[in-house]
Amino acid sequence: MATNLLLSIAWTHVSTRVRQTLVGMFGVAMGVGFTIMMAGLMQGSQIDFLRQLVDTMPHVTVDDERRSVPIQPADQEYAAVAMSNVANVNRRPGIRYPEAVMASLRSWLPGNVAPSVKTTAIVDHGGGKVGVTLTGIDPRLEVRVSKLATQMIEGQLGDLSKAANGIIIGQALAEKLAVKNGNTVLLAAGEGTQISATVVGIFRSGLKRVDEGQIYSLLGLAQTLTGENAIINQLRIRLNDPLIAQKVATQVEAQTGYKSVSWQEANADLLSTFATRDFIVLTVMGAMLLTSSFATYNIISTITHEKRHDIAIMKSLGMREYAVRRIFIIESMMMGSVGILFGWALGYLLCYAWSQITIFNPLTGATVPLQIYYSPMHYIASGAISILCCAVAAFFPARKATRVHPVEIIRGAS
Amino acid sequence: MSEIALQTVGLVRRVEGIISHTLINGIDLSVEKGEFLAITGPSGSGKSSLLYLLGLLDAPTEGEIIICGQPTSKLSEIERADVRLTKCGFVFQFHFLLPEFTALENVLLPMRAAGLMSARDMHQRAIALLTSLGLGEQAAKRPNQLSGGQRQRVALARALANRPEIIVADEPTGNLDTASTEQVFGILRDIADSGQTVVVVTHDAALAARADRRIHIVDGKIQETTFGGKPKSESAAATGAAIASS
Ligand SMILES: Nc1ncnc2c1ncn2[C@@H]1O[C@H](COP(=O)(O)OP(=O)(O)OP(=O)(O)O)[C@@H](O)[C@H]1O
Ligand SMILES: [Mg+2]
Repeated sequence: MATNLLLSIAWTHVSTRVRQTLVGMFGVAMGVGFTIMMAGLMQGSQIDFLRQLVDTMPHVTVDDERRSVPIQPADQEYAAVAMSNVANVNRRPGIRYPEAVMASLRSWLPGNVAPSVKTTAIVDHGGGKVGVTLTGIDPRLEVRVSKLATQMIEGQLGDLSKAANGIIIGQALAEKLAVKNGNTVLLAAGEGTQISATVVGIFRSGLKRVDEGQIYSLLGLAQTLTGENAIINQLRIRLNDPLIAQKVATQVEAQTGYKSVSWQEANADLLSTFATRDFIVLTVMGAMLLTSSFATYNIISTITHEKRHDIAIMKSLGMREYAVRRIFIIESMMMGSVGILFGWALGYLLCYAWSQITIFNPLTGATVPLQIYYSPMHYIASGAISILCCAVAAFFPARKATRVHPVEIIRGAS
Repeated sequence: MSEIALQTVGLVRRVEGIISHTLINGIDLSVEKGEFLAITGPSGSGKSSLLYLLGLLDAPTEGEIIICGQPTSKLSEIERADVRLTKCGFVFQFHFLLPEFTALENVLLPMRAAGLMSARDMHQRAIALLTSLGLGEQAAKRPNQLSGGQRQRVALARALANRPEIIVADEPTGNLDTASTEQVFGILRDIADSGQTVVVVTHDAALAARADRRIHIVDGKIQETTFGGKPKSESAAATGAAIASS
């Protein structure tokens, strides 16, 4: 049946019912607008956080561990002899031949790799003690694998080699211990070693966890603290595309045999929290769009009721039932389409308004403007879902009304 | 022997319910092409019910309706709609025009629904139909801007739009004054004279007497058939030709 005709009938119904049409459009516009706002806020904060995470952390960390504990003599010999009090075989700490490993990784890695020594220490300043992770680095190679150099707010990476036992600490830790650049602190390691070190730089990554619990030194100082001279116990890899980290980690692990952890794996708990949050927010957004299209349901119910005579006429003239039904679905979609356009505008304005607001972000421990993520996907998806909801919302009242036999209406009218 | 436009065989329409009721109780009827048939009968005798069956608005419980040689009892709902669209034009007592549309748009509706002509041809035909029914000036008016007689003529033009073989009208003059009644009836007469088949329900015995044949229905059965009708006048034949050619 001529779509033109259906469109013109639908248009006539809609344009002669300004108030109802506006209510329907308003409903859809609110739903779409708020959905876009929520999506922008949610993804904005998430992407902002992930970006900081990816900027701050190595994309892949290779540790001097194996995924599975080496087979112990007791297990090896179990069937033959029973042994007791056998000491565990501990492989020697450190990555063997790190230079060779790095060279071979560099040959294929879409990124770069740098050596480090990772250990834990307690920073003691005037009685205040905080346990931290200390990473010994090579300042010249470090710039290739981390943004540490750009995160310095006082001092530089190069200053590490200028002072004896120089360290770089995070801003949050500096505040906690009331340490200033140039101060001397005491570093205590597990083996009982105590070294006095000088703060030569302060950085701020934006991640509270890092700013409070991570400090850097030269490789040598870290090695001294571990008590193992000349070992490298960690390789850190930075990739051009952080999203392939998982794949690269698997490859590196297969090649070197050392446990290689991607940033995604290292933050699996956090990412799964995101997934839960995504699920909840998506459900709420879907419900919002559905609810907003209920205004359309009401309006189409009213129109089909008012228009039952017209429906009977059109059917008695020989218009097919589904064609008549489609008129009302088109009406709903007309209201929906205009509503969506307004909703897009509303959504954009709301996002803009939010982006003008600064709040305290507990994840980064800083007051920053709200990060809004603008994506055409938000507009397309909310529009598509909304128009679908409108079509479905109209379908049921339209079907009910157009099913009625014209004779029933005609008899009732005359 | 002339062509049969409309035929019913053993037509029965029953409504089942707490109290079952037989609206049409065995009607056999043949209407020739170009015949003007009037149906009369007391209120509640089943005239409208029969007309709804003839116009394929309703389906019989038993029996068959043959429209232009095509049996209709086995047609699907969509096929029945298509027959209504192209072969039967229905006119109701109450005009039943779409209120938001102009007279012209109302007449265009069945043509647009059928989609068999170009937009230009449809427009020309609608204007010609309205003009031939004396509504050339009213084409752009909405139903609520028209008189009762004018509305009924627009409805008639709409029924004629797709050149149906058969026009069925249920008391088309029931709400009209004498002058309008005369006019609408004259047009129906002309339509029949031009070769289209017309079946009209009326309460008015004088009008019924002017049909080619009149059947009187009581309790859903044909009680009496009367042949007669006025001889065709010259002017009527001329209007009929104008409508047929438009
Ligand atoms: N759906 C129905 N259920 C039960 N009875 C019905 C139904 N539809 C119509 N009737 C009855 O069938 C009979 C015939 O109705 P119909 O409308 O055909 O009469 P009519 O001859 O057109 O009367 P009128 O001259 O008043 O228009 C009436 O008695 C009416 O009450
Ligand atoms: Mg009746």
